[in-house]
Amino acid sequence: MIKFDGVTKVYGDKVKAVDDVSFEVPEGNIVVFLGPSGCGKTTTLRMVNRLESITEGKIFVNGTDVNSLNQIELRRNIGYVIQHNGLFPNMTIEDNVMAVPNLLSWDRKKKTDRYNHLMDLIGLNPDEYRKRYPHELSGGQQQRVGIARAMAADPPVMLMDEPFGALDPVIRSRIQNEFLQIQQEVKKTILFVSHDIDEAIKMGDGIAIFEGGKLMQYDSPSELLARPKNEFVREFVGQDRALKSLSLHTVKDLISERMLRKADGLQKHNKKTITVETNLRDALSILLNQEADQLFVQANNKLVGAMRIDDVEAYLHHHIK
Amino acid sequence: MNEIWNYIIENQASIGAYMLEHIQLVGLSVIIAIAIGLPLGIYLTTNEELAETVLQVANVIMTVPSIALFGIMIPILSIINHGIGFVPAVIALILYSQLPIIRNTYVAINNVDPHIRDAANGLGMSTMQRLLRVEIPNALPIIMAGVRQAVVMNIGIGAIAAFIGAGGLGVLINQGISRSNTTMVLTGAIAISILAIVADGLLGILQKRMTPKGFQQ
Repeated sequence: MIKFDGVTKVYGDKVKAVDDVSFEVPEGNIVVFLGPSGCGKTTTLRMVNRLESITEGKIFVNGTDVNSLNQIELRRNIGYVIQHNGLFPNMTIEDNVMAVPNLLSWDRKKKTDRYNHLMDLIGLNPDEYRKRYPHELSGGQQQRVGIARAMAADPPVMLMDEPFGALDPVIRSRIQNEFLQIQQEVKKTILFVSHDIDEAIKMGDGIAIFEGGKLMQYDSPSELLARPKNEFVREFVGQDRALKSLSLHTVKDLISERMLRKADGLQKHNKKTITVETNLRDALSILLNQEADQLFVQANNKLVGAMRIDDVEAYLHHHIK
Repeated sequence: MNEIWNYIIENQASIGAYMLEHIQLVGLSVIIAIAIGLPLGIYLTTNEELAETVLQVANVIMTVPSIALFGIMIPILSIINHGIGFVPAVIALILYSQLPIIRNTYVAINNVDPHIRDAANGLGMSTMQRLLRVEIPNALPIIMAGVRQAVVMNIGIGAIAAFIGAGGLGVLINQGISRSNTTMVLTGAIAISILAIVADGLLGILQKRMTPKGFQQ
């Protein structure tokens, strides 16, 4: 869907911000561009809708070289979300969300329908917010509106530049979950810039790690954690990459590989119940916090067994590494 | 005080006429100044080097004493037979208005949050659409502040235009001085002050009206 082919960006004469980057992003995937500041991830993103010019190489969206398209048309067909939401303070929420449809001169009926649909999608009441202004909304709400605005004309591709970077951790986590839900429904091809490895693991179908303008590794989150290609990637994903990789697996995965213990219903003290959808990192945290010696696992409200720390450990050693 | 009051009552008609002249002089010059300064200020945001020069020149014009500027106009405009009177006065006032209008427009557009500009570009707005839908509406309060400043300033400077025969309330002051008539001078000065205060108030209301509702107070 999106193909980078030897893409290079040079500022001035010498400074190579992006250096010969090539990879492909399949349709409907979220690929997270990860790396420290100044690694070239944002520049790479901004070359896709040509907010930055491409010095060398080519970027194809849906098989078309972006440089062959009219810049304005190209941008209207690519959703764009930035960290500081960039909502227009002089416009109402409705006008903000409908910014691109207004540019495309949609008729009123179509716009109203689309606005209502998008607001429902992001979980804000369409009528309550229609005539309000951005500054009246909380940071999280503004960011949601920013996402709705980017999706207004239903572009197949979306670029998101640290969209949740300015939010506090609780709100960020909630919006990440909501966004993944929305993505299930809309199935966009999304390029997502982040400097947070946990966010990348959570959001990404693929992760592209950048350093000094070069693409270090492009893999699925589990591959990246299990087999970092070089020292930089190893260091960037952190010492706790085993732990991080646990967040990619749920209790259900564990059950499919290992039998659970029998739940001892008579044991009264220290038990806690989780569902099979819980990820193993959270399950392990509960066990380590000594909230329980063992966890009772439920599937469809029925008890299916119990698990302890050594189950997680065994699974990690035999099935992840 | 009573003398001034009596003078005003006796001369209502001519004072009214002078005031009207004054308003015409300032109004026309500011309208033309906006027509020049606003597009120029916007254009300068795209040309940093020229911006520096233009703002310097506008600054220099501001420092020329008004009486001197009117004086310079005389030989130049004599060529087209308008050495004195309304035309040179309007031109001088236009020149004085340029600094506040150009500078405020330039600064206001330049100060629009870069994230907002980035978003506008990223959504696929053309330069013109970005200016009209995003940048100018967000810059309007500051641009209006510049216009307001220009109007108030020109009402004051306009008094001196009487010395080159452009009419207006300055005539009262001019004649008052030559006849050593303090009442006349004071009447002219008070009328100009009132005009300035009223204009400032009205433009203040307009400025508030033109401020987008979405702006945080």
